[in-house]
Amino acid sequence: MSTPSYLNLSSDQLFDRRPLTRDPSLRRNRINQLFTLIAGIFASIAVLPLFLVLVYVLIQGGKLISLGLFTQLPPAPGLTGGGIGNAIVGTILVSAIASLLAIPVGVGGGIYLCEYANRGWFAQFIRFGNDVLAGVPSIICGVFVYGAIVATRVFFDQSYSAAAGGIALAVLMLPTVIKTTDEGLKLVPQELRWGAYGIGASKFVTIMRVTLPAAFTPIATGIVLAIARAAGETAPLIFTALFSSFWPEGVFNPIASMSVLIFNFAIMPYEAQNSLAWAASFVLVMMILAANLLARWLSRIARS
Amino acid sequence: MTPDIPPALLADQFTLRRRPPSEKLVDLGFRQLTLCLASVVALLLLGIFFTVLHGSEEAFHNFGLRFLTTSSWDPVNEQYGALVAIYGTLVSSLLALVIAVPLGLGTAIFITEDLIPLSLREAIGLMVELLAAIPSVVLGLWAIFVMEPAIRPVLDLLNQLLGWTPFFNTVPQGPGMAPAILILVVMVLPIITAISRDALNQVPPELRQGAYGVGTTRWGAIFSVILPSAVSAITGGVMLALGRAMGETMAVTMIIGNSLNFNLSLLSPGNTIASMLANQFGEADGIQVSALMYAALILMVLTFAVNVFAQWIVRRLSLRY
Repeated sequence: MSTPSYLNLSSDQLFDRRPLTRDPSLRRNRINQLFTLIAGIFASIAVLPLFLVLVYVLIQGGKLISLGLFTQLPPAPGLTGGGIGNAIVGTILVSAIASLLAIPVGVGGGIYLCEYANRGWFAQFIRFGNDVLAGVPSIICGVFVYGAIVATRVFFDQSYSAAAGGIALAVLMLPTVIKTTDEGLKLVPQELRWGAYGIGASKFVTIMRVTLPAAFTPIATGIVLAIARAAGETAPLIFTALFSSFWPEGVFNPIASMSVLIFNFAIMPYEAQNSLAWAASFVLVMMILAANLLARWLSRIARS
Repeated sequence: MTPDIPPALLADQFTLRRRPPSEKLVDLGFRQLTLCLASVVALLLLGIFFTVLHGSEEAFHNFGLRFLTTSSWDPVNEQYGALVAIYGTLVSSLLALVIAVPLGLGTAIFITEDLIPLSLREAIGLMVELLAAIPSVVLGLWAIFVMEPAIRPVLDLLNQLLGWTPFFNTVPQGPGMAPAILILVVMVLPIITAISRDALNQVPPELRQGAYGVGTTRWGAIFSVILPSAVSAITGGVMLALGRAMGETMAVTMIIGNSLNFNLSLLSPGNTIASMLANQFGEADGIQVSALMYAALILMVLTFAVNVFAQWIVRRLSLRY
């Protein structure tokens, strides 16, 4: 057996003996630093809008925070003063209607997807439909509710109403609630269910007493985020709940909401209205950020 | 050895519990109830589709496919064409993506690499997520009173330097296509960043270690190993962002100017399908409602196609490890 020729070479001839230290002046290392710099700049640009929006909302909106803001009605065009009391009540009422509709339906649908029909064609079809529904633009939800409820006057011959606005927001919330319930239940260990069946629990009792409580935090997190998103939505409300300059008059009449108030007052040529729009933004953003931090805190206690 | 227990005693201690009929009924009833609740999703989708389809019937009979290619929107003579809005929807969302994709992807890389301490990376991630939670109507308010006046000098400069092209040949006067595109960038940036970040985090560390092992630099590994293996999820995220940008209503409506005339210039006012709906739907009657429904149908088909394509691309391109 002949010896391969490379065995006669010395190790210096075989290997490139460049130093192992990193030379920053090399072209590849300079390109590397350039890209790191670019990524850093991009990240700062991405953070900038949130910072600027928050600063302006805090400054412009914070100026007007007073007790009257929460207890008074918005002024007539041209007048000054007033508050956004009716819009705050309206936003809470419409979001509550939406939650009452979307949470039971969404949690129930999620239970069916995960616990009963996990891999069947029907569950896959509903999951696909849920993703499609999540992608439907919010303004289309408004058009749908307008066509199905407002124009047909199904509620006691009333056209625009808080109930219609709540239904439109519920359509928007539903995909999030279903998805988080489905995903949350998937995380529950199978052994918990087997244990419950093993001591003789029925499927209904297992879901209600074991599976659902075990998945409570991810589901609650998803629901809080869904409500926060719905409370800030405007597009589905402008021609379903409409707007009202007065205190809410029941769920079958038009109702004010903070988001529609911001839209209406922002494009008015009056300074009093513009500053009320900033004040409403302040209240709305604070509520939504609080909900987001609550959701974060919920998922943190779930992890520990 | 098992103790000798009389069979009679055994039967006393261990009885087989039969499920009472009431328990079976509750089980079955609950199953059917949740089935009905899950079906609500399908019913809603069908309901949305048929409501909009039915509403647009009249306009479709009157204008046919001409609706897509004519730009007159004339409630007095009842002549409607959605070209301005369709053009505005496509141009604003695509240009917004052109700006937002590099920004979002760069941010995602920056907060998934170990360039800066973990706590700082988490803080940037949190801020981008909170940006997604700001309601679009608040962003619209901010765009009207803060962003648009602030960028006006830049737009003026664009007009002076590039005024010879049809895309910048009008003098910027407040609301217009360009500020609308910028506010759309702000709105889709969190989606692209969040999805890209998740995609990059899921790339197995062995791939990166292998790349470093054969002697590449950090960005060599990112461009030739990490990004290619995350490309499916990132593309899916970009498509989802496109769908969101096309359907985005409030912030765009407040800053785009809602012009009904066709203009190529990005510095002049424009319109999108969503902002046209937001502006006119409440006050429209007769065939104008139908024309608006027709426009809504086009928007729905566009976003549906983009969303389904996004899901398909994720499934098709996803690498399995």
